[in-house]
Amino acid sequence: MITRFLLQNMDRRGYVFLGLIAALAVLMPLSNLLLPVGSAFHVPTSTMSLWGKYLCYALLAISLDLVWGYCGILSLGHGAFFALGGYAMGMYLMRQIGSRGVYGNPVLPDFMVFLNWQELPWYWYGFSSFPFAMLMVLAVPGLLAFVFGWFAFRSRVTGVYLSIITQALTYALLLAFFRNDMGFGGNNGLTDFKDIVGFNVQAQTTRAALFAMTCVMLIAGFLIARGIVVSKLGKVVIAIRDAESRTRFLGYRVDRFKLFVFTVSACMAGVAGALYVPQVGIINPSEFNPANSIETVIWVAIGGRGTLVGAALGAVVVNWAKTVFTSGFMAPYWLFALGGLFVFVTLFMPKGILGTAQEWWGKRRKPTPTAAPAPAPAE
Amino acid sequence: MLCLLRLLRSLAVAMVLFAPPALAQSAEEAFTRLNADSFSDTARAVDILIATAHPQAAPIIEALAESRLLAGGGAVVVRTREGGFIDARTGQTLPAQPAGLSPVRLNNNLRRVVQAALGGLGLLNPDASKRTLAAEAVFKSRDVSLLPVLEAAIGKETDAKARAALRQAQAAILIAKTDAPPFDRIAAIDVLRERGDQDALATLRSLPGDASQALKEAQTRAITEIEGRLAVWRAAQNLWYGLSLGSVLLLAAIGLAITFGVMGVINMAHGEMVMLGAYTTFIVQEIIRTSFPGLFPYSLAIALPLAFLVAGLVGIAIERGVIRFLYGRPLETLLATWGISLILQQAVRTAFGPTNREVGAPAFMSGAFELGGLAITWNRLWIIVFAMLVFASLLAILRLTPIGLQMRAVTQNRRMASAMGIRTGRVDALTFGLGSGVAGLAGVALSQIDNVSPNLGQSYIIDSFMVVVFGGVGNLWGTLVGAMTLGVANKLLEPYAGAVLAKIALLVLIILFIQKRPRGLFALKGRAVEA
Repeated sequence: MITRFLLQNMDRRGYVFLGLIAALAVLMPLSNLLLPVGSAFHVPTSTMSLWGKYLCYALLAISLDLVWGYCGILSLGHGAFFALGGYAMGMYLMRQIGSRGVYGNPVLPDFMVFLNWQELPWYWYGFSSFPFAMLMVLAVPGLLAFVFGWFAFRSRVTGVYLSIITQALTYALLLAFFRNDMGFGGNNGLTDFKDIVGFNVQAQTTRAALFAMTCVMLIAGFLIARGIVVSKLGKVVIAIRDAESRTRFLGYRVDRFKLFVFTVSACMAGVAGALYVPQVGIINPSEFNPANSIETVIWVAIGGRGTLVGAALGAVVVNWAKTVFTSGFMAPYWLFALGGLFVFVTLFMPKGILGTAQEWWGKRRKPTPTAAPAPAPAE
Repeated sequence: MLCLLRLLRSLAVAMVLFAPPALAQSAEEAFTRLNADSFSDTARAVDILIATAHPQAAPIIEALAESRLLAGGGAVVVRTREGGFIDARTGQTLPAQPAGLSPVRLNNNLRRVVQAALGGLGLLNPDASKRTLAAEAVFKSRDVSLLPVLEAAIGKETDAKARAALRQAQAAILIAKTDAPPFDRIAAIDVLRERGDQDALATLRSLPGDASQALKEAQTRAITEIEGRLAVWRAAQNLWYGLSLGSVLLLAAIGLAITFGVMGVINMAHGEMVMLGAYTTFIVQEIIRTSFPGLFPYSLAIALPLAFLVAGLVGIAIERGVIRFLYGRPLETLLATWGISLILQQAVRTAFGPTNREVGAPAFMSGAFELGGLAITWNRLWIIVFAMLVFASLLAILRLTPIGLQMRAVTQNRRMASAMGIRTGRVDALTFGLGSGVAGLAGVALSQIDNVSPNLGQSYIIDSFMVVVFGGVGNLWGTLVGAMTLGVANKLLEPYAGAVLAKIALLVLIILFIQKRPRGLFALKGRAVEA
């Protein structure tokens, strides 16, 4: 039954995406672990970690597409949920260091010893347990989104106003996490991780497992998001995107639908952050930077808003381009390219890569919930 | 040892002061002692010179401090800084260096004596402002040995300000002087209470522990009063900082408010318009520096219209080139303008480098003055004035000009305005140009108080958004109230919470406030279901 819920109405695009990610999940770790370094098909560990990072971003993009593409909530603060999930994971990894830190304190992380803290702050309790930390990865972003959304949607803050206060939210968190007194490592954040559930974070096998886990979570995130948008609830959510007032007049509690989608999306972003941290090896407050959140929006816009698959595609494409661009002589021009992309996509490709390509081929079996450009607001 | 010396010296000064007939003879004694080539005699000579108020005392002691005082064979000669020679007794210029002279030597003790003497000399300086400065120095040093000189100076003082300063210096010395008459010391506490600043507080606290009960009570009363007064001044100073911050926010946000009000789009590149204005100022100053150095005092006046034009034209170009294709899609506009802001930032970074560029301040913008207990810098004051001027002129444009009328009409109801024959497209372009131009003006002002770097705009954009969503877009007063409220609230919170926490608290408060009034303080009233 769950399978039916998750796979109902799956179109070819969805199957291609699932197949691709599943293949990546199996082939990339295998080629990394089993093939000799000299082989043409061997994937270096660094490449695998890089792609792991891209796929985390893809999950973040899917979570944003869920709220923006299907519910019309342009969140400019989704990076905050990503970073909070990352911090929850980072706190678990910090506690796993134990007495192997520079100062050798069995309880306190290095930065706390450095700041002369005497005991662990209460909000660090429990993070030595993996299940608890994973619960927090979901609960902290989810709770923040729930509280924030509960206030915002109930009082009908919409459109540009909502975008701006989500930006203010992540900005406030950025400032807060920069403070040393907060107990999250301040400017430097959390880093120098050793173990994750007993395995060395740096080890090749652990990295392969993390990569596979990221693929699994991406698939799960995609299926959940898809399950939501094709369900009856999803139809209401899309109606809210297209004509919020009309939906309200029809008797739907618009704020509750929005709140549900927003919270689910925040949890998903938190998971993406949690997978991101062990693969990148650091989490610091710059993840809260409003610019990051806006960049996430552009991934979704480029890939194709309201398609889920497109969001993931956009995240991978843009980040891959970023890696290519910023590592060569083109580095100074990356921001030009990124800025140009923002303008180009909004002006000429409102449906993104996927939507445009789809139009171009001009044959689809069913009008699945694709990227309709947001209609003019009903006045 | 030093205390003993000082005591001796003050005794000597006192003796001399209260023995007027001996004056002429004593002055001669000073020159004899300068010839004696002994440190203690030299010190004594300095005291005598001051006490007798010898007409040449100042040049002689200054020369002594700089090892330009020569003595030998009964003669004392000052070598001037220019290399000439003056007879120390009479002040007459000598034709050539007299033979057989050697510099009067100094040691550390003597240097201290000489420095104190120079302070004392200042008290007798013919220039009233110099006397005031010298009195301030004595107030800080609380040098007991200068008390007699002070008293003599107070007796002769005619200038009210200098007199007050002298009396405060005297009071500062008397407070710590346990053998002074108790009545005088209570009067001294009173004088300090009237002065009422941080220094007076520190001086009052230095009252020795063995003071009498009455004295201690007077001290406690005075300290309480001063602390109360200082707290009021501190609050006033914070209020001032708040107004200053508020006017900066007003400058940065007001253009944004206009475009948001008329077109319903948020221009994420607004901060970059501010940055363009600042860089225009930089370029204007560079050209002035290299080609027309005489024009530097007018550099800001020249930069203002240019910044307005540059930013305004870029704004119109953005509107015509991008934004007009995105009508009815405010969220896409937001993304596109963010892209433009990235491009502009990177363009400026490529052209001018990533580091801060130096923008100079004309003379009228630099320096500070004190108003009661307030320290007010001129640049902040001018920026407040400038912000108010910009605000008033925008208000006038919106109220009194045809284009202002059209803007207001479009703000209230775009379709209706269009139906009445207003070319809304043109209004949009002009509005965007105006809003961007005002941002350029803000850039000129901000170049005076902030770093001119490619990131200049980024640091203001979020605060500007906050002002706009807090104030609402119904009219400009909302922006004024919003900016001032945020500025003042920020600065009043800072002393209790620290700069960062104050800002976080404010952001959270605004997020909560938006729940209560989703359209800001001064929302437009209308019948639209959604906007």
